[in-house]
Amino acid sequence: MSSRLQSQTSSMSSSITHLQYLESEAIYILRETAAQFGKPAMLFSGGKDSIVMAWLARKAFHPAHLPFPLVHIDTGHNFPEAIEYRDWFVNEIKATLVVGSVQKSIDEGRAVEEKGHNASRNKLQTVTLLDTIEAHEYDACLGGGRRDEEKARAKERFFSHRDEFGQWDPKNQRPELWNIFNGRKNYGEHFRVFPLSNWTEMDVWQYIRQENIPLPNLYFSHQRRVIERHGQLLDAETGFVQLLDEEKPRIKEMTVRFRTVGDATCTGAVLSDASSIDDVVAEVAAARQTERGTRADDRRSETAMEDRKKEGYF
Amino acid sequence: MDLLINPTESSLLRFTTAGSVDDGKSTLIGRLLYDSKSIFEDQLLAVEESSKRRGDEHVNLALLTDGLRAEREQGITIDVAYRYFATPKRKFIIADTPGHIQYTRNMVTGASTADLAIILVDARHGVVEQTRRHTFLASLLRIEQIVLAINKMDLVDFSEERYNEILADFEQFRAGLENKVNVTVIPMSALNGDNVVDKSTNMPWFTGKPLLEHLESVQVHVGESEGSARFPVQWVIRPQSDEYHDFRGFAGRMASGTFKVGDEITAYPAGMSTQITGIHTLEGAKEEAIPMLSYSITLAHEIDISRGDLIAKADEPPQHSQHIDAMICWFTEKPLKPRSKFYLRHTTRTVRASVPDLLYKVNISTMERVPGPTEFGLNDIGCIRLRCATPLFFDSYATNRTTGSFILVDEQTNNTVAAGMILRAVGDDTTKSTDEFAI
Repeated sequence: MSSRLQSQTSSMSSSITHLQYLESEAIYILRETAAQFGKPAMLFSGGKDSIVMAWLARKAFHPAHLPFPLVHIDTGHNFPEAIEYRDWFVNEIKATLVVGSVQKSIDEGRAVEEKGHNASRNKLQTVTLLDTIEAHEYDACLGGGRRDEEKARAKERFFSHRDEFGQWDPKNQRPELWNIFNGRKNYGEHFRVFPLSNWTEMDVWQYIRQENIPLPNLYFSHQRRVIERHGQLLDAETGFVQLLDEEKPRIKEMTVRFRTVGDATCTGAVLSDASSIDDVVAEVAAARQTERGTRADDRRSETAMEDRKKEGYF
Repeated sequence: MDLLINPTESSLLRFTTAGSVDDGKSTLIGRLLYDSKSIFEDQLLAVEESSKRRGDEHVNLALLTDGLRAEREQGITIDVAYRYFATPKRKFIIADTPGHIQYTRNMVTGASTADLAIILVDARHGVVEQTRRHTFLASLLRIEQIVLAINKMDLVDFSEERYNEILADFEQFRAGLENKVNVTVIPMSALNGDNVVDKSTNMPWFTGKPLLEHLESVQVHVGESEGSARFPVQWVIRPQSDEYHDFRGFAGRMASGTFKVGDEITAYPAGMSTQITGIHTLEGAKEEAIPMLSYSITLAHEIDISRGDLIAKADEPPQHSQHIDAMICWFTEKPLKPRSKFYLRHTTRTVRASVPDLLYKVNISTMERVPGPTEFGLNDIGCIRLRCATPLFFDSYATNRTTGSFILVDEQTNNTVAAGMILRAVGDDTTKSTDEFAI
């Protein structure tokens, strides 16, 4: 029997590009999720990773509609452009939108607002997320997380098991071999699934360029009133960042864009003239800081991400 | 280095590195990431700060990959870490695994998705037990390409004689491997950068490519498009819309071979044949389905096909049997004993299976077979017999990594407890001489 190892000399047929590989892998994961779980849902924030993930889901199930709803965990501290985009996009792909509100969790006493000027609702999202999962009985939540984002995510699985409290146990993860994914679980447990695990920030941007995917304007260069805090440029326009009195005179209008779009209180802007996707790709290639370097929530401690993930954060 | 890779031309290479810090593995990965500008300033700064806090003498690049708290505290890698870098020619995914024998299962996991394995040898110590173990695992998992990286050449004065000695040792050992592997040998110094990205001026006697150039140009997946056409069905697409009222598409990823519109196919387990009428994607219909890409396929006749079924070309039937012999790696503390029962996941299909017999274990350091084991413990590798509740439609792992692999899932804990590679159907002696894994 001729082994493929000996067929080296034969002519190679056209090989696929890395973006084709990543696209097909993500479609495979999305279809596995629909097939292996009873009630999956896709987390959708209006950020570029979730937009790409939803774009891939259209490809996975075409010509049918998505076999799961899009779920937005709304911190109430949104950039208006992100919400506008979300509603347009959901309508465009004829998906169902479910909104879990952090404000509602606070009003109901399920979550307690952080105090002080560094207060953020990023951590509170976990409460709302877990409540939403429980209320709708979702048994799998698709997320746009990537392994290149942060060191604790480098060891995350495609199919990530969570116990009945939504917790992640990094020392007891199921090994993932070949393309076989094990989504078996007991009642009350659920999975987080990450179809973009193997994508880098650069892959995401190149794919957006290749597919011509429309994005919220926040990702491109624009004028914005910002305040510099701990080396980060935070938004001073939406009013969600609590400003100290001494900070108010330091508000400046700058030409910026966002590399990630999340809760307005902890998403830092970068100075940028990149006004098109080509400009952004060139800028990402030249960047010397990771995109999560602009996220205040990761900078709280060396293992901040791992700690939040253990509690049930994405 | 120009970092703008051309997305229309750049391909992907997945490789695995097994080894310990002592071999210079972290230094090598760190250098590949750093020289391709895939380490960012804030990551490097964070690693420098933690190294200082830990009292390390030098910047400990292992801290880049060892992200979990327990790993940072204990200074060990407990899992497979995936790292990414790209050059203008290729994108790379590294599965970085710890090299000690107690992490065999992690190495098996990392190797299962790799096209190439880098095996590091310390030039001072030459081929040691760990080298043999890693090479055996790479050949067991049918990794197409091996790079034997003879590292720390600076510590043996870049001696060609020493290089030839190690090569001769390795060749002798490789001749004994049943699964043939393509091996490329590169002498290097990861610390100084000799033969990593740039060709070393210290070893003019070496005429081969430096490591990165080799990684950028080596051909992989050569056999996939030549193999038998295999399309495991993941999901059936039935749009509830007037426009696509009669559409019934079988969604999946082409595992190997190709399909063309008009091809005569057979669906298993139904065993019914018909023709392909359409190969669909969101971008439109395609004439041909090629390996690794995802499609939905429509057929001329209504055949009972659902998730877990296999579509193959009518003249290239898969093997089928309820009784198979397979090589496995055991993954958990709780030992495998004869007569245990599991869920067996094979492609997109799940069946109940029991283990009537443990045939032999392989000592992965000496590659000797140990017959008649009473149980398999954590990290043990060997051959078992399986009885499935319904037949599997498969190929041997030697001919197809997708339709020849499976996992075992514990019925109580739902954990993945074993990785399996199918040797043959029980009673099928025709494949014995070529499929045997043992040495």
